[in-house]
Amino acid sequence: MAAPKFDNPIVRWIDYRLPVFTFMHHEMHEYPTPKNLNYWWNFGSLAGFMLIVLIVTGIVLAMNYTPHVDHAFDSVERIRRDVPFGWLVQFIHMNGASFFFIVVYIHIFRGIYYGSYKSPREILWILGVVIMLLMMATAFMGYVLPWGQMSFWGATVITNLFSAIPLVGEHIVSWLWGGFAVDNPTLNRFYSLHYLLPFVIVGVVVLHVVALHTHGSNNPLGIELRGKQDSIPFHPYYTVKDFFGLGLFLTIFCLFVFFAPDYLGHPDNYVPANPLVTPPHIVPEWYFLPFYAILRAIPDKLLGVVAMFAAIAVLFILPWLDRSPVRSARFRPIYKQVFWLLVIDCLVLGYIGAKPAEGWYIHIGRLATVYYFAHFLVILPLLSVFERPRPLPLSIGEPVLGGGGPSPPGGGSAGAMERA
Amino acid sequence: MAATADGAGGDGVTRRDFLEYAAGGMGAVGAAAATWALIDNMNPAADTLALSTTEVDLEPIEPGQSITVVWQKKPVFVRRRTEAEIREAEETPLDSLPDPMADTERVQKAEWLILVGICTHLGCIPLGQKGTDEKGEYGGWFCPCHGSHYDTSGRIRKGPAPENLAVPPYRFLDDTRILIG
Ligand code: HEM
Ligand code: FES
Repeated sequence: MAAPKFDNPIVRWIDYRLPVFTFMHHEMHEYPTPKNLNYWWNFGSLAGFMLIVLIVTGIVLAMNYTPHVDHAFDSVERIRRDVPFGWLVQFIHMNGASFFFIVVYIHIFRGIYYGSYKSPREILWILGVVIMLLMMATAFMGYVLPWGQMSFWGATVITNLFSAIPLVGEHIVSWLWGGFAVDNPTLNRFYSLHYLLPFVIVGVVVLHVVALHTHGSNNPLGIELRGKQDSIPFHPYYTVKDFFGLGLFLTIFCLFVFFAPDYLGHPDNYVPANPLVTPPHIVPEWYFLPFYAILRAIPDKLLGVVAMFAAIAVLFILPWLDRSPVRSARFRPIYKQVFWLLVIDCLVLGYIGAKPAEGWYIHIGRLATVYYFAHFLVILPLLSVFERPRPLPLSIGEPVLGGGGPSPPGGGSAGAMERA
Repeated sequence: MAATADGAGGDGVTRRDFLEYAAGGMGAVGAAAATWALIDNMNPAADTLALSTTEVDLEPIEPGQSITVVWQKKPVFVRRRTEAEIREAEETPLDSLPDPMADTERVQKAEWLILVGICTHLGCIPLGQKGTDEKGEYGGWFCPCHGSHYDTSGRIRKGPAPENLAVPPYRFLDDTRILIG
């Protein structure tokens, strides 16, 4: 790659010693991006934006927050009532966590629909699942900080999951707590980790982007770029599209922050933590509900916990469960349908997770749990063998312009062409 | 065994190999020791561990009534059982229990049932202490979190909890006072 020529002598002077400008030019101008990306490709940059928002608001919150069981609740109330613009910072942080999850979940389903986890993007995908796990840990510990009833009992129930581990379970739990129950040592360490983990996430995001830029973005057709005519530079085309999407997203986000800041939360968290009274109906934050439903679907403690973790673990091996050489669901008639069934299944699980574990809810929860695992462990492997994909276009330009270059041999889609 | 110039012994192992393994091994031991310190650092501290005890006056508790006291930051249920409750607990066949344990093993005096009030599933506090609480299908306690039912001996009967409610260590100081811990 030839170094670009910069007009500004100061830029040239710096770039000669520290090639940041060459690097930026390479990533923004030379980096070829498929020209057919749709709006589902906006969610990666939105996720990055939300991560920054959470870190900035979090650092400001930390300046007024007190991590002590006797003061934590009051210090958050003080942030909301007395600290200048504290209410705004707190609402942005609180709703920001929810919107971060909305964005990331859409981002993940985008990857599932368009087969973005397939070769050569397996590590990119796995790093994404790692980010999701870190986000879950971060959000869980953040939710404990305001020390309301849901904070306390959520922390109790989730840390107790580890007591299901045979033999050492009890020791692990008291190690996590630093005591005999969720208490001040627990709050302190959660605060310490809640501050740390977002920066670990930043580190993994950097790796995620390095992996992305190694082979470039997948695209709605799921086929390889056939040459220059299939791509456009990231800047200005996608920077502008990302900013437009950001504007729309922020509009919705602000509606929540300013008009319904508590809509996604739970009123019980405005009751200070009471270690002697469990609220009659405890639920986790909405973004954990599908996993919570899987936990409760199984009437055995250990197996329930195993199933819940397996629900995430199965995502790690997704690239090897779905062996179909065709990436995009657009060309996979059956996969397209089971994809939507999976989406519905996850929504059902989320709904059941919010309901008490009784009566019909239990049965629906069990069915939805079975289907969730069946999708990944049975349906996908079978589809890879039995589904007959539709013919793939020769290039990104072909469906629009008609014609296109001859399809070069090799590439992720060649096998499918032969079969179709 | 004469060492050659590079220190190789008869079997081709050089002094340098030995030094590398020894240094690497020492390094690993040092790192493991430091890691251990950091991990153990998160365990309960000495002041937390210092066994606290709780004394309970049983005098004001009426038959059929329960009170909750705090021991080591955990709720402890003290229930004065009625004749009917005791009979029910004693007559339950052991093979109908997920975690079989005779009622007589769980109490020192049949009238007084003393339990750690923490659901053995995921740590919620079961309902059943107040007269108005739901007590579950077996008349003991009911955990609303995921639906575990405990009987009048605090034994798990139905639901996801794997074990009976725990009995804390306690002794009778005299007829109307106990010391937990
Ligand atoms: C991955 C990014 C992050 C996520 C998902 C996240 C999530 C959360 C959540 C869900 C809460 C509870 C809010 C409530 O219910 O009131 C919270 C609170 C808090 N977070 Fe974060 N957070 C993130 C980053 C950070 C960072 C970088 C800091 C910097 C120290 C921070 C500091 C705090 C503080 C001080 C609180 C307690 C005050 C409050 O409740 O608003 N957070 N966080
Ligand atoms: S914590 Fe009691 S049933 Fe789950």
